[in-house]
Amino acid sequence: MSAELALLGPILAAMLAAATPLLFAALGELVVEKSGVLNLGVEGMMLVGAVCGFAVAVQTGSSTLGFVAGAAAGAGMAALFGVLTLLLLANQVATGLALTLFGVGLSALIGQGFVGIPIADVPELYIPGLTDLPVIGKALFGQDALVYLALAAVPAVHWFLYATRKGLILRAVGENHAAAHALGYKVIRIRFLAVLFGGAMSGMGGAFLSLDYTPMWAEGISSGRGWIALALVVFATWKPGRVLLGAWLFGGVTIAQLHVQGLGIDIPSQLLSMLPYLATVIVLVVISRDVARIRLNAPASLGKVFHPDA
Amino acid sequence: MNRRTMGKALMGLATGAAMLALGVGAADAQEKMKVGFVYVGPISDHGYSYQHDQGRLAVEKELGDKVTTTFVENVPEGADAERVIEQLASSGHKLIFTTSFGFMNPTLKVAQRHPDVKFEHATGYKRSANVATYSARFYEARTVIGQIAGQMTKSNIIGYIGSFPIPEVVSGINAFTIAMREVNPKAEVRVVWVNSWYDPGKEAEAAKALIDQGADVISLHTDSPAAIQVAQERGLWVFGQSSDMTRFGPKAHLTAIVDDWREYYVNRVKAALDGSWKSQDTWGGFKDHMLFLAPYNPALPADVVAAAEKTRTDIMEGKRHSFQGPVKDQSGKVVIAEGKQATDEQILKMDWYVEGVQGKVPK
Repeated sequence: MSAELALLGPILAAMLAAATPLLFAALGELVVEKSGVLNLGVEGMMLVGAVCGFAVAVQTGSSTLGFVAGAAAGAGMAALFGVLTLLLLANQVATGLALTLFGVGLSALIGQGFVGIPIADVPELYIPGLTDLPVIGKALFGQDALVYLALAAVPAVHWFLYATRKGLILRAVGENHAAAHALGYKVIRIRFLAVLFGGAMSGMGGAFLSLDYTPMWAEGISSGRGWIALALVVFATWKPGRVLLGAWLFGGVTIAQLHVQGLGIDIPSQLLSMLPYLATVIVLVVISRDVARIRLNAPASLGKVFHPDA
Repeated sequence: MNRRTMGKALMGLATGAAMLALGVGAADAQEKMKVGFVYVGPISDHGYSYQHDQGRLAVEKELGDKVTTTFVENVPEGADAERVIEQLASSGHKLIFTTSFGFMNPTLKVAQRHPDVKFEHATGYKRSANVATYSARFYEARTVIGQIAGQMTKSNIIGYIGSFPIPEVVSGINAFTIAMREVNPKAEVRVVWVNSWYDPGKEAEAAKALIDQGADVISLHTDSPAAIQVAQERGLWVFGQSSDMTRFGPKAHLTAIVDDWREYYVNRVKAALDGSWKSQDTWGGFKDHMLFLAPYNPALPADVVAAAEKTRTDIMEGKRHSFQGPVKDQSGKVVIAEGKQATDEQILKMDWYVEGVQGKVPK
């Protein structure tokens, strides 16, 4: 096996791990947007999830409790967003942006006493034989549990949205909240639950970063991944399977550019660092040219305020 | 150096709050001279700003009966910095340390308005009658760790995680590589730039990529301990940066380059007290106690430690220079002639790699 081919396995394994936080956050946001709500606070929810997950893991010594706390903290932030936008009818875009700014500051405040504390890494899966397989072994059978959980969430979300009655109702609320309301569905309650789910998923994505990916707390640890997750939802035209593809593409380019540098291939590193973002923009442009496709998949009531009396 | 640019909007708020606190702290200082410190990061970063604050604490400890100190942390480089420095200057501080490269122009502006206040700016190159500059010869320590790396590697591939391709980092890579090749001519250095001072996720990914390519020793010039954790997990070697990072990977952490400003700060405050302070440029190394190495990993063989200590003392005593000619660049051209040493200017402007580094310096 040549040296370049031998690198393929580690690149695949690293790509899957790099895609995981994006996958959590983007799947959560996808469900939120399918219900007709646009929550731009993903980055803030991720950060609060990351710091709370880390704090609980340090205090209790249990990463599992940490992940649960991360999800709960993300959901808590989302509840704040839900109260403001769904009950008090605040503007969703402005509230979402405020949620991110608030999350950055709040996580820094909570995390003050936790900077520079090391915690144990979550052990990776090891199945004798399978994990040792060439190229795909480590990528498929040697990851952390959370990586598999994120992967499992893709078919689960798809199944929920497209094969269950509850999913149908959620999509109906996102398409036309007035009609759904007229049919007797509790628009606010359904959206609130979707927002909470989105927050919990963002929180888990953040907790994955602080507990597993780089087991430490640092201010702004998510480094913009929340924004990428938001872009991924549009990139995927609101389809869970495509979110997975987008997350892999993004993770893959991120990892590949580091390898290109290490191999001494003469491409400017700044250009390479830019590539994943450039890819996102290009795909957005390509997709946006097809108005019919956007209309087919984008929830029609996305971002619109719902008032039961209207 | 542009450290920590994240979350500037909120940092602004934090700065405002810190300035309120300044007013309170000023009450008990009537005859004592007030000394101010401006940090770019939080003092809890256990790295760059933490080390500067250790210097402030040394001043408190040694001269606490003659001075009081104030610090403002998390100050973004830019317009906010000028307000913070101005606030310190106009609230009676007579000596102010501004500890990041990006504070250079704000420091000079405020200094012009307050000729009676003395300023000390770290890592910059602009001075005036009341602005002195200081920095450490970080590359000296990289000579020592490069030598250790050359002896410890089995794969002969060393991974190097760089922040930005600025002369400070490039000269570090070169000093490291020269010392490494001296003990192990077969070894090569592979550099990955992450274009950030502090991005744990990216630093970890870079470390993994380098290890997957066969590197078994990792050196870094970024501030987070993420790469230490990766090396620990993979059972390889790594060097810490800015502060002792042993606790993030006790088995993997060979040693670390630690900045030490204690002696310099105490001396400069003393000079300001007795009136001998004048504007100057200080670029200190091992000899001036501006940097030291964290305790060596017990797993290091005794002969490697002995050789490292010899190199360190030789540098300290001036018997050895990190850039002792002949030094060849990647094309094999002799840049520093035999018998010559790189001048300070050459080091401060270094934008080329020596033989033994893979890839090219990004332009």
